Parts: sequence; structure tokens; C-alpha cells
Amino acid sequence: MAKILMKGNEAIGEGAVRAGCRYFFGYPITPQSELPHYLAKRMPEVGGLYLQAESEVASINMVFGAAGTGARVMTSSSGPGISLMQEGISYLAGAELPCVIVNMIRGGPGLGNIAPAQSDYFQATKGGGHGDYRLIVLAPASVQEIIDLMQDAFDLSDKYRNPVMLMGDGVLGQMMEPVEIGDQKPFELPEKPWAVTGRLRGKEKRLINSLYIVPENCEVHNFKLEKKYTGIKEAEQRWEEYRTEGAEMVMVAFGTSARICKSVVDRCREEGLPVGLLRPITLWPFPEKGIVRLVDSVKSFLTVEMNMGQMVEDVRLSVNGKRPVHFYGRVGGMIPVARDVYTEVKKIFNGGVA
Amino acid sequence: MKKVFERPKSLKDMPFHYCPGCTHGIAHRLVAEVIDELQVFEKAIAVAPVGCSVFCYEYFDCDAYQASHGRAPAVATGIKRVLPDRVVFTYQGDGDLAAIGTGEIVHSAARGENFTVIFINNAIYAMTGGQMAPTTLLGQKTTTTPFGRDHKLNGSPVRMSEMLSVLDGTAYAARVSLHNPANVTRAKKAIKKAFEVQIAGLGFSIVEVLSSCPTNWGLPPLKALKWLEDNMLPYYPLGEFKKPAEVI
Repeated sequence: MAKILMKGNEAIGEGAVRAGCRYFFGYPITPQSELPHYLAKRMPEVGGLYLQAESEVASINMVFGAAGTGARVMTSSSGPGISLMQEGISYLAGAELPCVIVNMIRGGPGLGNIAPAQSDYFQATKGGGHGDYRLIVLAPASVQEIIDLMQDAFDLSDKYRNPVMLMGDGVLGQMMEPVEIGDQKPFELPEKPWAVTGRLRGKEKRLINSLYIVPENCEVHNFKLEKKYTGIKEAEQRWEEYRTEGAEMVMVAFGTSARICKSVVDRCREEGLPVGLLRPITLWPFPEKGIVRLVDSVKSFLTVEMNMGQMVEDVRLSVNGKRPVHFYGRVGGMIPVARDVYTEVKKIFNGGVA
Repeated sequence: MKKVFERPKSLKDMPFHYCPGCTHGIAHRLVAEVIDELQVFEKAIAVAPVGCSVFCYEYFDCDAYQASHGRAPAVATGIKRVLPDRVVFTYQGDGDLAAIGTGEIVHSAARGENFTVIFINNAIYAMTGGQMAPTTLLGQKTTTTPFGRDHKLNGSPVRMSEMLSVLDGTAYAARVSLHNPANVTRAKKAIKKAFEVQIAGLGFSIVEVLSSCPTNWGLPPLKALKWLEDNMLPYYPLGEFKKPAEVI
């Protein structure tokens, strides 16, 4: 099958359409603009809807309305807009509505800037909104993987009746890579016996709701959610290992920073330094199993992120004190330079001396 | 014996949680009667707000959503855009619609979203303990305006129906009141028109319903209705502010 050249943001849109998503609600923000531009044209071609909302608050609640009917629906934004959506995301998680939310992260905090960052890791994986809930969080590292993960994002959200977040940044959104999209496969949307569509032909009343006014009932609801999250943690951890065989040091990085780390691994290996990479594909559930598998055979870990050290906390929880876990990060829209990461690796190998 | 009056089928047979003398019960009944009369119960989807009427999803027997505070019009937009042939309505209070949800109601109207809004204006936040609402009258005492609403401090009450009626997307906007039987009858007519506008696909429809809140106004039910008549009607004129030619 011939490959075509595609931008990351457009790949998100095409991936969504191919996964059967027919409803997009969003509000403009950089650096994800090519995605709404793409879908504003593409959705009408497939009988879908692109609707520009008056705010991210409205977008996420339109998603809530559409998701409750059983439709495949998505929205996208970047840091500040995702912050505005947090109340709605909590409601979606509470009401167990499937949907896909894309965050093309930018430099923060506050207005920050529009340059690439990974500083929304905590917000995505540790809550963000109020209450005890989890999002399934996917982190692609190439345009091809964006296409593939969009299908998985919708499938996982339907399977678990849970919102899924796909996290990228301006690098992944703007870059063009050859991708194989293949022919549109026929898709079958799963049955949604909970969907609210009216009581046609006298069917039983259905309700989309996150209110449990009696504390005993709300506790039961939370226990039920926790059981679901435990199942997701068990079944859905995903990661890629790159040249980890015989590695004494393993770098842990996702998305854009993982691409940079791969080239550092290659350089180290050429020079005989036994270095590998573990790239989380699911940020939640964090691939604890991948770390645990490696922890006894390696001497140290180096987490590389485009933030001041967020995922490193999950790496340390998984390593559980058995090995030192180092951190290297660039922040505020700055991207780690392979040479600097290499220097950091050498420093750790030399016992802290550059 | 022939039954001449009964509970509308669209309303569940269960006790409501509303305070004695509150007019939410009347408003619920009117909406349910209209749904029955228009024979759209099977197609109806209610969107409940946050506020006193949060549990209206239990009382209306049709399918329903519970939305976050102020966002019912955005939720209704999402529903109606997927299921354009269903009859979708939001039921919102004045804090929900005229304060925190101002953006959502204005832009739903501006887009001409084809659903119906039942807007209960009782000039106060009731569920949270009688605080000032955007609709609280000047001089009216509430728990957060203990000396009366002061124009200099709090501005003036908002007339939502008039505001929304100037938008092209609004097909029907009316204000009615529940302070006496004649007005209850008029209120029902307006609610019916609003639903007919939606069913005809003409665009956004809203009925603002002036209601009493004896508990938070600190008045017995009958005096509360009198207070509504004496104080709210002069500031909130009743009538139809916009109506399409097709349903007049």
C-alpha cells in the first residue's frame, strides 16, 4: 500500500474519521489548529458534524450531550483550553461517557506560549478535574502512531465507558511524516444499551447522570469506578522497548522526547554504552509492568521529559527504591537537545562527572 | 365516574422534594401536560440543571440528562445535533441560566439551536440558601445582600428574555408567570408554543417562568405569590418578545 505524507494534526482528524467519529466540537487554540481546519472540511464529506463552540467549557459539554446518545465524539485543545474543560471531563468520567479528548500540549503555566511541552502530564494522569477518576491517556510518538492510536482511543473509550485523552505537542502536530492509512475499513460501533435516545416504543427510562446525593450510593459508585480502573491498569498498560537488551541504563520518555532519546540510545550503543529506552504509550495506566520487568537487570534509570519532572514520579513509584532514577528536562516550550541528553547519560555513567 | 383531572403521563407518580408553596411543581406539570398533548413523550429528552430543579430528571418520566451548572444548553446542543428529530428541552433556574450559564444560553440562541428552554426566574439562588441571583430585584434582601440589592454594588437585574429575543437564532421568547390561575393557563399556552416551534424546526425557543420561592423570600406561600405580582411583574413584563409567523 502506498504511503502518503501527512501532518500530525491532520492525522488525528483522519484517524478519528476512520474510527467512526462523526461529531467534533471545539474552540480555536494553537498549536492544534490544523485539526479543526481538517475536520471542518472532512466531517461534512462523511455526513458528520464539525461545530465550533463559544468556549472550551461549551465544547466539552456538547461532547457530554453527544456522547450520551451513544455517538462517537471528540474535542481537541491545548493546555489552557484543557484546563477549562476539567469540570466537564470530571462529569464525563462520573457519568461514564466514552469520548476522545486531544491535548496538543503547549508551554505553561498560565498563557505560557505555543511551543511544544509535556507539562500537562500531571493534569492528564492524576485527575485534573475534581473527584476520584481516571482518564486513559495515550501518547503517540509518530504520525503513523497517531493514526493507529486514534482507532484504539475510540475503541478503549467505548470498551470501558471512559473518556480517553490523546496527548501530543506542537512537534507531533506540525511535523509531516509518511503514513500508511490503507483503505477505510468498515467499522461497527458497539451496542450501547445505556445510551439516551428517547423512550421510543416504550423502552425503559434511561438517564445520563453523575449525581449520587446519598453518600452510601456515591461510595458504591466510586467503588464501581475503581474496579473498572483496576481492570484497565491490569489489561491496558502499553509501552515500547528500544534496545533494552543488556542495558545498564534505561531512559524513560514519551512522545517527542522519546524520539530524541532514541537517537541518544543509538549514539550510546555505537560507542559501546549499554543504554536502552522504555517509551510509555499509555501514560495512564502507566506501564509499571515494563519498569518492573527491567528493574533487576539495569543499574539506573533516566527519565527525560519536556517539563520539570512529572512522569518521573511514576517511574520512581514503579522502581520502588530499587535503583536510582535520574531526571533531565527542558521546559517552557524548549525541547531537549540530543547532545545534552547524551552528556547527561555520560555523566551518570561516570558517577556524576561530566 | 368519568375522570376529569389526572396526573400527566409524562410526570412520574412520586413525591417531589420542592418546598411547600414553591411553583416548580406547577411548572413541571405544565411541561408534562404539553409533552402529553403534543404526543412527543417517546421522543422527549430532558436536560436537568444544577439548582433546586436538579432532580427534575427523576420527575419527568422521559429520558434525561443531568448537566453541569449552567451548561444544559451546551449539553442539549450535543444531543440535538446527533438526534435532530427528538424533542429536547432544558429546565434551568436563574442562577444556572442567567449567571454561570450566560455564555451557553446566548450562543445556543445565536446558533438557533432547535431545542426548548424552560427558564424558572424566582429572583434568588434557592438551593444554596437564598443568595442574590442575577435576577434579584433592586432593594431585595437575600443572604448575600442583607441590606437589599444595591445598584452601585451589584448592578441591576438581568432581563434574559428581552436580551435573547434580539438574536436572529431565537424563534420564540416569552415571559409568563405562575402567580394566579389565569396566568398559569397563559404559561401553559406559551410552553406549548415553544415546543411547537421546536417540532416545526424553527429554531431556539425559551419560556421564562416567573416563580415564587416562599422559603428563601421568607414569606408564606400566598404572600409570596402576592409579592411576585407586586414586585416582579413591574420589572419583568409578561408577554411574547419574539414569535415566528408560522405559529401565531
